[in-house]
Amino acid sequence: MPVLINMPSLSPTMKEGKLAKWLKNLGDKITSGDVIAEIETDKATMEIESSDNGVLFEIIVQEGEENVSVNSPIAIIKEDGDTEEELNTFSESSGIKKAKTISSDSDGKFDKRDENQDNETQTKVVTKSNNIDNYSRVIASPLAKRLAEQNNIDLSKIIGSGPKGRIVKDDLKLENLSEGNIVKESSLSGTSNSDAKFNDVPNTNMRKTIAQRLTTSLQETPHFFLTVDCDISKLNEVRKIINDKNNLKISVNDFVIKASSKALKIVPKANCSWNDSFIRYYQNYDIAVAVAIDDGLITPIIKNVEIKGLEELSSEVKDLAIRAKANKLSPEEYQGGNFTISNLGMFGVKNFTAVINPPQSMILAVGMAEKRPIIVNEEVIISEIMTVTLSCDHRVVDGALGAKWLKVFKSLIENPSLMLL
Amino acid sequence: MNDNYDLIVFGGGPGGYVSAIRGSQLGLNVLLVEANELGGVCLNWGCIPTKALLKVSEFKNNISKFKDFGINIEGKISFDISEIIQRSRVVSKTLSSGVSHLLKKNKVQVIKGFGSINKLYDKNIEINILNSKNKYITVNTNNLILATGSKPKLLPNIDLVHENIWTSKEAMTPKSIPKSISIVGSGAIGMEFASFYNDMGSKVTVVELENRILPNEDEEISEMAKSIFIKRGIKFLNNASVVSINNSENDVTSNIKIGNQEVKLKSEKTLIAIGITGNTENIGLDNTNVEVENGHIVTDEYMETKEKNIYAIGDVTSSPWLAHKASHEGIIAAEKIAGLDYVHKINVGKIPGCTYSYPQIASIGLTEKKAIDQGLKIKVGRFPFLGNGKAVAMGEEEGLVKTIFNEVSGELIGAHMIGSEVTELINLYSVAKSLETTEIDIMNTVFAHPTLSEALHESVLSAYNRAIHF
Repeated sequence: MPVLINMPSLSPTMKEGKLAKWLKNLGDKITSGDVIAEIETDKATMEIESSDNGVLFEIIVQEGEENVSVNSPIAIIKEDGDTEEELNTFSESSGIKKAKTISSDSDGKFDKRDENQDNETQTKVVTKSNNIDNYSRVIASPLAKRLAEQNNIDLSKIIGSGPKGRIVKDDLKLENLSEGNIVKESSLSGTSNSDAKFNDVPNTNMRKTIAQRLTTSLQETPHFFLTVDCDISKLNEVRKIINDKNNLKISVNDFVIKASSKALKIVPKANCSWNDSFIRYYQNYDIAVAVAIDDGLITPIIKNVEIKGLEELSSEVKDLAIRAKANKLSPEEYQGGNFTISNLGMFGVKNFTAVINPPQSMILAVGMAEKRPIIVNEEVIISEIMTVTLSCDHRVVDGALGAKWLKVFKSLIENPSLMLL
Repeated sequence: MNDNYDLIVFGGGPGGYVSAIRGSQLGLNVLLVEANELGGVCLNWGCIPTKALLKVSEFKNNISKFKDFGINIEGKISFDISEIIQRSRVVSKTLSSGVSHLLKKNKVQVIKGFGSINKLYDKNIEINILNSKNKYITVNTNNLILATGSKPKLLPNIDLVHENIWTSKEAMTPKSIPKSISIVGSGAIGMEFASFYNDMGSKVTVVELENRILPNEDEEISEMAKSIFIKRGIKFLNNASVVSINNSENDVTSNIKIGNQEVKLKSEKTLIAIGITGNTENIGLDNTNVEVENGHIVTDEYMETKEKNIYAIGDVTSSPWLAHKASHEGIIAAEKIAGLDYVHKINVGKIPGCTYSYPQIASIGLTEKKAIDQGLKIKVGRFPFLGNGKAVAMGEEEGLVKTIFNEVSGELIGAHMIGSEVTELINLYSVAKSLETTEIDIMNTVFAHPTLSEALHESVLSAYNRAIHF
């Protein structure tokens, strides 16, 4: 009996996803547990594993297709003993179901038993059709489809404003309506023009999410910034001892993570988030670390930092960063967190300000550690200094509170033995 | 009563009560403030009571056809005007209490009173309400929808405080049927009353500034309507403006200028139906950045005014001034306030308009002239009711369905109809426009036979020279 593979729901909020990549080709043998495709959601790329054995018989959703609803069919797997007829009728009827999933409500749950009944009633051999026109898998009004065809517009590159993202005429942004819709030239994303000195690249889901969240944050969160210099000479001494004795590679940033959680514990009023009718104070110390990845960034979370030793912490950060860069984080690994650290020191940045990641109330921007002349006891000496800037949400963290937290953080970084307490 | 709301709505008409219900459905804590009756002008003094009156017209017209159908009735037909008006008022009252029930069912709090904006602070709007006991109540809200509606526009420099000069409100509650009536304005309201009073036996003269009647309709439909109305006994003065009106105890004399000529028009009553103006006074707009232009509030496509979190819908905003536009805008505003995804913009090109005279007139989108003026290449389809089996069987051969397509894209850019039940039939084209169908989708639709709707199908076929029955 053929098996239908549906778009999986990879997180509680996921409604649709992009089929980023097929890892199996038509006709490939599939064993249970094989990864068959990669799905891109608004945050991460995840893999779909097959739980069945067979052969990849039909790809319903093509690579690169966006806004594929959860539970809509994406492929058919042929199992041993499936006859050609069975498969063709199955494939035909799944096509019908798919059309329904796209145009009707989200009740696109696929019932395999129904399909079997269809198989029995329909015995005619239907040839598999791959020559469906380009627009058949895009949700667009008949008028939008025709206008796109007449004006050589690729509908798959357009974001629809209609119900469920349906593309309507307005979305095509056609000009020259006064000439009977004869459009000379379209100003659409994705269409190239030989004279153009630019290249429009459609936004990825991650890009859209970053744009939306950070715009909202800067518009709605009253930010203010506090900067201090931290002397990390002692920290580096301690770090060297730990690393040398244990053959480890604990980084300054690992200490920054540890110190941040400790400072939140000492100044619990700063471990909070704003809500319209209340302030939520957290009793856990989950620290997010911004990681740059291709085309964007993601903030994996190190949970319960207060109970983790530096060694454990360090290896966890490394693991999360590697998997983040490979788009392999699961949603619970990057959702949540009480506080974020953004470190641009490795790029030689001395000092910067960061945008708060809502609903968190603070983010720490960490600059490069460098040798600077400082004055101690009326004498100029050389010391290793790292400048950090704390962004605070003024709705919950006032200047004095932010300063208090930063003072505690500085004393922990400058006297790492205090972190042992 | 709370003193803090997510949403307060000023006005309980078809815009206000619909937005309040939608807001409540979306989880908002909503208060509706209404100074008079729930249902607003539409339900109490407009759309609904006039439809009750026009049903009387329709009966009368049907009776006049009985002989053709082989029905003989004896005796003289007469009207009991007080009974007619009484029924029309009961209809309004029934529906108004229905609105009250709907609001209650949807957990919308309703207060009888007059609301005004007192001040804006932080993200709050402070509202003062003068309640029915003449006491001020102060409440706060995060969002406000102004659905205060409109009142009839009056002629400048003409004193109208006279019982022989009517607005639509007096015209739908007459004590007796006047022997003659002059109607200033030939829009939907003017023509519905012209039709009604003509059927009731009054001598009706319509005065219109433009060179044609129903100036918003397609010219071809206007002409056809005019010739049918004239045949039915209504007189028209086009290109005519009212210079002055002289009242006397038993009648009214209007001095009317037509070109260089001045004529006197004497009638028992004169109805002023030249449009409406928004209710923007005394609601505290001075305390906000809300912009008013020509008596109507300026909004964006999501009905938000120039003041953040203050929305305006319906007659108090820009035209067309139609109840269903108000309701639809109410939905848009409520969904925008609740932060829903995919809230659609208001598109006046997709709002149908109906006139319930005899014959009925209905339309959506651009007229043929407007389409040509915009430089569009068009295809025009026409199908007369004469070619429709059901219309002939019903004795309703007088009618036309006209469709206008963009020649290049096949977009249905306008539809214009006159004849029996067209005010019901228009919704099919509204759906077509909303779904953005092209001609081929309508052509490929199977229409039930025999129905008047087949004329809508044939009109589309006709635009592409494929009409079967004409």
